[in-house]
Amino acid sequence: MYAMKPTLHRALLGIALLTLGTTGFAETAEERGLTISKETKASDLGWGDMQADMKMILRNRQGQESVREIRLRSLEMENDGDKSLSIFDHPRDVKGTAFLSFSHPIGADDQWLYLPALKRVKRIASRNKSGPFMGSEFAYEDLTSFEIEKYNYKYMGDETVNGRDCFRVEQYPVDKYSGYTRRIVWTDKETYRPEKVEFYDRKNSLLKTLTYKDYKQYLDKHWRADEMNMENHQTGKSTRLLWNNYRFATGLSEKDFNKNTLKRAR
Amino acid sequence: MRRLLPLLSLVLALPAVAESNLSISGKVGLEARYFLQDPSFPGQHGSTALSGIIEPEFQWSDESQNNLFSFVPFLRLDQRDSERTHADIRELSWIHVGDDWELRTGIRTVFWGVTEFQHLVDIINQTDAVEAIDAEEKLGQPMVNLSLVKDWGIIDLFVLPGFRERTFPGVDGRFRGGLVVDTDLAEYESAAEEKHVDLALRWSHTFDVYDIGLYWFRGTSRDPQLRPVTRSSGETVLSPFYPQITQYGLDLQATIESWLWKLEAIRRDSKSEEYWAAQAGFEYTLVGVSDSAVDLGLLMEYGWDERDDPGLTTFQNDLFVGTRITLNDAASTEFLAGAGYDLDTQSKSFLVEASRRFGDNWKVSLDAGIFSSDDPTDVAHSIRNDDYVKLQAEYFF
Repeated sequence: MYAMKPTLHRALLGIALLTLGTTGFAETAEERGLTISKETKASDLGWGDMQADMKMILRNRQGQESVREIRLRSLEMENDGDKSLSIFDHPRDVKGTAFLSFSHPIGADDQWLYLPALKRVKRIASRNKSGPFMGSEFAYEDLTSFEIEKYNYKYMGDETVNGRDCFRVEQYPVDKYSGYTRRIVWTDKETYRPEKVEFYDRKNSLLKTLTYKDYKQYLDKHWRADEMNMENHQTGKSTRLLWNNYRFATGLSEKDFNKNTLKRAR
Repeated sequence: MRRLLPLLSLVLALPAVAESNLSISGKVGLEARYFLQDPSFPGQHGSTALSGIIEPEFQWSDESQNNLFSFVPFLRLDQRDSERTHADIRELSWIHVGDDWELRTGIRTVFWGVTEFQHLVDIINQTDAVEAIDAEEKLGQPMVNLSLVKDWGIIDLFVLPGFRERTFPGVDGRFRGGLVVDTDLAEYESAAEEKHVDLALRWSHTFDVYDIGLYWFRGTSRDPQLRPVTRSSGETVLSPFYPQITQYGLDLQATIESWLWKLEAIRRDSKSEEYWAAQAGFEYTLVGVSDSAVDLGLLMEYGWDERDDPGLTTFQNDLFVGTRITLNDAASTEFLAGAGYDLDTQSKSFLVEASRRFGDNWKVSLDAGIFSSDDPTDVAHSIRNDDYVKLQAEYFF
């Protein structure tokens, strides 16, 4: 009996190791998708606070363009979604309009809009996430911070996009009010920056494609694209987002994101 | 105006300090109004009226963004009504930003409230009533406002030196009663008259889906009582009388998925009356109607006033329904339609507004209003023949 014990022990250990190893290799596509997405999120953690200028160029099917100019301030929150303040400069009739958002990984975001003509702060229903942002091809949900809890995931293999070796991961929105059944995201394996996203509408047909251009690295860690192009395949319209003047660690804190700062944002 | 001069010179001296961050913007607008019926009262102008406005905005701030200055003068010229031709300083202010506080000094506009068809709790600024009948245009109010940001909400303390009288249409103007209000005959309960210093204190906070505001106000009522007086010429006009009041106000909104639930309530005490009034309702938004980008908003509100007298208040037992259609297109096209129904007098009103942007700088809007009232005791009765269509073009620079 005593002689047998170490042998049995070793055998059990062997089985345990084998099982462990097997699970390791047999990680499901769902688990792999989640892992990649967690690594993507982790790779960009610690940006702290950020300010940037954004120019949106809306283009209709006939090629007519109109321009929006927005300044953005955002703050990374530990254990919660980001806080952000957007200030509209152009077109001139919406100048002074400002938008305050507290995003949350689960549940509705808190959003307030400041309307300068009436000096009125209005809490708005964030249920409106699938709607177009400023008449553009970007929906509100395309512009909010990426949180792991917002999607379920599935790894679909590796592909080359923009000459970079990418993971291809499908993301299924958890929120029933999302305008999409799924998104396909191509993430660069080396830097974890997104290279391309496809959006599928509620009927699961391809709606839009977003591509990223001219990435730059900030604080030796955080990659941000200077240009993002959203093409709507169903309407023939497109929106180009041009980012400018990215600044990190500008000293923003929670006190810069409340109804008082919303009212005097300029 | 005289008391504004020291402030004006202070602000005009400032660009030298901070000329680097000066921004000039604003708008110029032209409107044409067409009235569908003959006027109810002698002296009122006929079917057409042209009018124009200019409202430039000068803003500057220091390098730290901790000192912000604004100057917004306003001028309207009206073809028909000399009382509607008027100028105002909408804003002439300095905001100093501290760590968790800010001090706002000068002439400003402050809005409180959540409902759409009536702005019951909104009290800091006087209504510029000749501008529009929706009471959404305000006259600049001189103030010192200290705002403190705490974990438990925002506290606003107001000292309001100097009172602004409400504007009223003149003898030529539409949207008036049979007797003309002569603003030169304004009277006050306070011996200090328009120099009475009003005070207000407000707490506002957000709890989860709830946004709440509570305030106390003591000072000159923004709503004058209109008293008939006979001039030496034998002509009878109305004299606005501004009583002293203490008012408590509550505004509350619950934002739950597609629903905005809204409540405004006030308690007003003066020498002659004490009463409660409330406006409550909801706004429901259907997002992306039949898979389009179009949002459809449905609104319903109810207005109640304890005094229960349609001759004193427009909204004592009134029901409102409305719809807001937002196309979410590049031109920001919007339609608004609203109807009010007085459950006591059966008076009705319909308002429609449509607007869109043209190019980068132009905004064009088309409004219409239809009023019906068969009850001469209702204040709405006097505007029953003022159905109108208004076309407005604004250029933003």
